[in-house]
Amino acid sequence: MSHIPATTLRPEQVTLPARHLLARLPVIGLVLAIAGLGLGLSLRAANPRAFAFAWLNAYLFGLTLALGSMFFILIQHATQAGWSVAVRRIAEAVAGAMPIFAVLFLPVLFGMGDLFPWARPEAANEPLMKWKAPYLNTQFFLVRAAVYFVVWSGLAIYYARASRSQDQGGAGTAPSLSMRRFAPPAILLLAITQTFASIDWAMSLSPTWYSTVFGVYFFAGSFVGFFGLLALLVIPLERGPLHGIVTIEHLHDVGKHLFAFTCFWAYIGFCQFFLIWYGNIPEETAFYQARLHGGWRAVSALLAVGHFIVPFFYLMGRTVKRKPRLLAIGAVWVLLMHLLDIAWIVLPGSHPEGLRIGLLEIAAYLAVIGSFLAAVGWNLRRQALVPVGDPRLRESLAFEIS
Amino acid sequence: MPSLPMVANLPKGPHYGALAEFATPHELYVACEKVRDAGYTRWDAHTPFPVHGLDRAMGMRRSPMPFIVLGMALIGAAGGFALQYWVHSIEYPLTISGKPTFAWPAYVPITFELGILFGALGAVFGMFGLNQLPMHWHPLFNSSPFEKVTDDRFFISIESWDPKFDAERTRQFLQGLGSRRVELVASE
Repeated sequence: MSHIPATTLRPEQVTLPARHLLARLPVIGLVLAIAGLGLGLSLRAANPRAFAFAWLNAYLFGLTLALGSMFFILIQHATQAGWSVAVRRIAEAVAGAMPIFAVLFLPVLFGMGDLFPWARPEAANEPLMKWKAPYLNTQFFLVRAAVYFVVWSGLAIYYARASRSQDQGGAGTAPSLSMRRFAPPAILLLAITQTFASIDWAMSLSPTWYSTVFGVYFFAGSFVGFFGLLALLVIPLERGPLHGIVTIEHLHDVGKHLFAFTCFWAYIGFCQFFLIWYGNIPEETAFYQARLHGGWRAVSALLAVGHFIVPFFYLMGRTVKRKPRLLAIGAVWVLLMHLLDIAWIVLPGSHPEGLRIGLLEIAAYLAVIGSFLAAVGWNLRRQALVPVGDPRLRESLAFEIS
Repeated sequence: MPSLPMVANLPKGPHYGALAEFATPHELYVACEKVRDAGYTRWDAHTPFPVHGLDRAMGMRRSPMPFIVLGMALIGAAGGFALQYWVHSIEYPLTISGKPTFAWPAYVPITFELGILFGALGAVFGMFGLNQLPMHWHPLFNSSPFEKVTDDRFFISIESWDPKFDAERTRQFLQGLGSRRVELVASE
């Protein structure tokens, strides 16, 4: 019984005004990235190992958000979701930043010897690592990384292009159909590459340790982080240029996803910890040994409380999800916790004594997040903010949670 | 209060209330807005399928269900945790896998499951309670046109103990809303 807007949207009605905060992201992001890169490179000489860890830490934070957006887009197509059409272009703009992560990966390559014990010459004499050498060796690592970037960038570009091809009308429903048909195999491709990437870039930091659920844990963090970012991008648009197109109803659903996936993250995170704690086998417990003693113990506790209990109760109610300001606070909080989660995975390698966010870490964050935001802002500026030619747009505009 | 109401606690009177029939969900929706704005408080709408946004057209308050479910879930989780703590740390301490007697991570799955179980029970029985179910008979069943409520007709019923109810004026009011048929339903 809702009022369905009769008029169709034209692309020029839903562009980002040049004076809008998000339209300035490319400039702001570039300035931050250059400052971060300059600071980071000037500090690198003193401690190349710490630089490599700081970079990988910031890199995985940014990358997981982009991967989460790709997953979101694919799921919307696979399920023919109607509600999300009005905000899908924003996810496409985030996923569109994927190619820059191939460039940002270069410092990780230069720091491989510092980051990954298996990449050092002495690994050949380690009994456990010797057995893993057929998988964990530099050549195969590089091939896999190349495959990941081709798959991710290919998916991001294909889905963004196909969606944009409908904007001027005339393309009809054919692009939507092919995007939908390709979505289920694409989800498989993304899930497999993302799982192997998490093994390569995060789990192999301690190559004798393994956890079979690590890929899912990595995905859970990436998805919840993405919804935090999505909320922060959608809120200024709902209050600005997309007012009346993106509504509180869409925000409410984004908030529900944010809530649901904080629970999912906690579920998977606890499962991983619980089985390792119960089994108590030394080669499995090493990961938690490093994180439940010394300075990292407090970070582990903060993650349990801050990444689950606080957002669980904060985001549970209806009011918070329907008040843009309150939802924004929750989204910032969840994003900060995702940042802490990645640091908790990566940084014990360079700072075993505890969490220390020094100049190097900040420089790496600035460089990676700055370039990421610049790319997202550029994508937002150069195209319509809503897929105006999507056949389900009408359904999305009329979307209401009763 | 009877423990299991056969019917909602009804004040006895000649009429249960007035029942108005509508042909389309749109007519019903508009009529509901007018009944709401006329200040009636004891009334309901009956449809063969959920009509989107009808709760707002009727001016219904938000249901207390979320709080019942949350409360029950927290009780269940706290109870589950306390039970395990009492068993493993106080009543019958056993060393299992070399873990301390208060090995809280091992309590989490059962704490979680009891939270879910109690939350689900709260949802089912809270819904029963708020809807006064099970209710095996209702005065509206006295009306034979009302049988079509499960098929293709839409109804508004205004109960006779509504402070604004007046048999004649309420009937005219409902007729004015475009109802094709208004009847007074007997209470027995």
